Amino acid sequence: ASCVQHRLVVRDASTLQILHLYSCTDQIQYIEWSSDSQFILCAMYKRGIVQVWSLEQPDWHCKIDEGSAGLVASCWSPDGRHILNTTEFHLRITVWSLCTKSVSYIKYPKACQQGVAFTKDGRYMAVAERRDCKDFISIFVCRNWQLLRHFDTETQDLFGIEWAPNGCVLAVWDTCLEYKVLLYSLDGRLLSSYRAYEWPLGIKSIAWSPSSQFLAIGSFDEKVRILNHVTWKKITELEHPAVITSKKTIVYKEVEKSPTLGTERLSFPPTRALASSLFSTQSKYDICQVPVSLHYIKPVADKANPKVGVGMLAFSADNCFLATKNDNIPNAVWIWDIRKLKLAVVLEQLYTIQCFQWDPCQPRLAVCTGSSRVYLWSPAGCVVVKVPGEGDFQIVSLSWHSSGDSMLLLSKDHFCVCYLEREEV
Amino acid sequence: MGDWRTVTVPLLSSDSKSIFPYTSERKSPASMSSEVLRLPLPSSKSMHSFFSAFCTEENIEQSISYIDRELTTMGFPSIFAESKGKELDLVSMVNCMNELLVLQHKNLRAQEEIEIQHLKLGSDMDHLQNCYSKLKEQLELSKREIVGLQERDRQLQSKNRNLHQLLKNEKDEVQKLQNVISSRATQYNHDMKRKEREYNKLKERLHQLVMNKKDKKLAMEVLNYVGRADGKRGAWRTDKTEARNEEEMYKVLLSDYEQRQKQLLLENTELKKVLQQMKKDIISLLPPQKQKPKERSEDGLVLSDQEEDIGELNKENMWELSCETVREQLTNSIRKQWRMLKNHVEKLDNQVSRGHSGALNEKDVISREDHELETGKLELEIQQCKEMIRTQQQLLQQQLTCDDDTTLLLQDCYLLEERERLQEEWRLFREQKKNFEKERKSFTEAAIRLGLERKAFEEDRGAWLKHQFLSMTADCKSENATTPSAFLRSKYLVQIMFLQKLRLVRSSSQQKRPPSVLSTTASPEPCQISQYITQNSVASEKPAADYLPNLWVESDDKEETE
Repeated sequence: ASCVQHRLVVRDASTLQILHLYSCTDQIQYIEWSSDSQFILCAMYKRGIVQVWSLEQPDWHCKIDEGSAGLVASCWSPDGRHILNTTEFHLRITVWSLCTKSVSYIKYPKACQQGVAFTKDGRYMAVAERRDCKDFISIFVCRNWQLLRHFDTETQDLFGIEWAPNGCVLAVWDTCLEYKVLLYSLDGRLLSSYRAYEWPLGIKSIAWSPSSQFLAIGSFDEKVRILNHVTWKKITELEHPAVITSKKTIVYKEVEKSPTLGTERLSFPPTRALASSLFSTQSKYDICQVPVSLHYIKPVADKANPKVGVGMLAFSADNCFLATKNDNIPNAVWIWDIRKLKLAVVLEQLYTIQCFQWDPCQPRLAVCTGSSRVYLWSPAGCVVVKVPGEGDFQIVSLSWHSSGDSMLLLSKDHFCVCYLEREEV
Repeated sequence: MGDWRTVTVPLLSSDSKSIFPYTSERKSPASMSSEVLRLPLPSSKSMHSFFSAFCTEENIEQSISYIDRELTTMGFPSIFAESKGKELDLVSMVNCMNELLVLQHKNLRAQEEIEIQHLKLGSDMDHLQNCYSKLKEQLELSKREIVGLQERDRQLQSKNRNLHQLLKNEKDEVQKLQNVISSRATQYNHDMKRKEREYNKLKERLHQLVMNKKDKKLAMEVLNYVGRADGKRGAWRTDKTEARNEEEMYKVLLSDYEQRQKQLLLENTELKKVLQQMKKDIISLLPPQKQKPKERSEDGLVLSDQEEDIGELNKENMWELSCETVREQLTNSIRKQWRMLKNHVEKLDNQVSRGHSGALNEKDVISREDHELETGKLELEIQQCKEMIRTQQQLLQQQLTCDDDTTLLLQDCYLLEERERLQEEWRLFREQKKNFEKERKSFTEAAIRLGLERKAFEEDRGAWLKHQFLSMTADCKSENATTPSAFLRSKYLVQIMFLQKLRLVRSSSQQKRPPSVLSTTASPEPCQISQYITQNSVASEKPAADYLPNLWVESDDKEETE
């Protein structure tokens, strides 16, 4: 599904054929599929309206109006029948039920990045709240929205919460001024708290491993610390230095080679194909010999939210690899082998990395840097794929299909689908 | 050296001024060198004048008495005659003069010796002075160095102190900054809290305002109700549901814990297995140590205990997987074993290092010597082999890299050699052949002779048999013909026939005789005539003719040899 202005276009994933076309009342800011892929919600923040469309019954419609409360965020509940709207200024979260047309309110939600977290199996929802300058967490049972547990956290200013994939542990971390990670069990007991250091800027990103065995914490000091689930103590620290010296690391460097053009072949006016080939450059991966020094950016000292530290963390689906990005070295993706806790591969690109995502089925990583190429890495090797077409298609973000066969590549105002062939074994 | 108290002779004449630098005082040997002691022998003239200066014709008596006085004081006998006064005793004077001369000689010699020693001492002193000056210079240099080093040391120490001071200052600054940060942080938190409270108040206000405004707009327009995802109807919120929620939550947690515990149990059992394996391996590595009696007393008991423990553990592990004591026992036993192994390895290392440094350990020394001898021998062998290889390689190269001519020559040489060898062999062969021929001739002659003799013998025999037969038939005629006699007769007839046949056969097989003679087999027992005949009768049944000649031959041989 994609939205254009105020229209919602639903296409088939394999053929990109338009199946449905809906139009909403206003410009759509956010769309989300329900968990059973039956409904799509379209949120229009300016008007405070959420419209829901059904795929089975194109005639069915639903409109939720928040009125003067305003709308800041909207999302589905895991059962696909409730919509959670966050009002402006985070006054409250309204839970609208599509089955019963009833409304519930959650007061004092916390205005932070990840204030609401659902468990993977969709049974429980954790909401971060703040009353009287203290942070609390409420755990609700999604089935009937009953409050299960309500406890306070020892954080100064809670920044985010995330459930472990096994649904039993909730990781709560503090603002970047304070390095603190708290781990709560499902019934609200504090299992452990971890603090690496006191004064410098703290946690930038957190990721759970798919087996819930590890919790990776990326911090502003350019290190990733991994905690294990048995003792909740640090197993290792992964460093991101600017010079790689270890012999066992493979460094792939993206190298551009511009096509050579003989002067005789230039014709006036230049044909389209010629023009595109002139300016389009090919690039491929080269393996560099260690030691390699990466392109390092010194952070500006007096700005807030400096571009320092490990900003992106992602575990692969089979729990074997961890991909990280150090914002100091914005062109490189670091891939760590979790089984050996060592740096396995570094991909150095020509431009800043915008986004990377692991294939949900295999250990394959797709990286985009804002150029018109998507980069794929797997333990077998890496490849550069150029998006064919005229003009530049600057990929800003990408998203894998849940089967791992295709990828969505998004640029500012276009998107394309990349299909990956499966090798016949 | 005695004192050199030379007497200052009172000046009697004015001429003797130049000669009296001879006067010298008693001086230390050291300063003798600076003075001229040796008086150059004055010429005879000056001597004369010297001598004449003392005694002239006027004061001859005075001078004589003076000399006498002096001599007596020096211990010489008086030069005056004893009995008469004022008369010179010449003899004693001469004696005195002689004595004086001897003295003089002695003194001169002593002087010489002293002068030599003086020179020596002078040179020694020079040398010592040189040494002394050099040492003084060295001392100066080293003093200067020391001063320089001390200066540097002082500078470094002062630098060190400065750095320490700087470090302390920095530390203090850091502490201060930390304090500043913490104070600012608390202030900031306080301010944040204040602002947040204000903000909350605003939010509350806004919320109230929003809620107060008509709910009309807060509406949800749905065309129709949507069924729940799981098809169930919505339930009311009751206590039961709450309890059920709690239950479910705890179930989830419990299942998670159980899963984790299972995994941990699996890990534990695997690790325990590994540890036991390790323990077995360590025990198997350690046997040599157990034989030492010393350690036996200490570790033997322990080991035996542990052996029991192992058995116990093996049993216990099946049933009690996480018993505290069992776990402790296992880990303790492994630790002990590991320590023993470590000691063992350390001892081995010490032995090796001692062997390297050549300590007086009997065993090691002997083995080392043997080892060295063997290595020496092996090295010699290697060298010899290498030399052999080298020479062979050279020869090969020579062979390979020779010119064609030389190769041909060489080949010819080889051929000649071979030819010569062959010729020799041929010669030998021919000789042997000749010998064989000779032998064969002799044998044939012998055989022919044999044949003739046999013929003669057979004829005789034939004649004898005939005679016998005739005599027998004569007898038989007188008697009745009995079968035995007829049998005998027939027998005799047959024999005669055979004899004739034999003769024929023998004549034809004469030529074959020599080889068969040569190849006679072992001789049978000596046969008498009667046996001979029976044998012949037996042999007569056989058609083969060869058998008989052989018999014959053998018997003939027998006869010959006998």
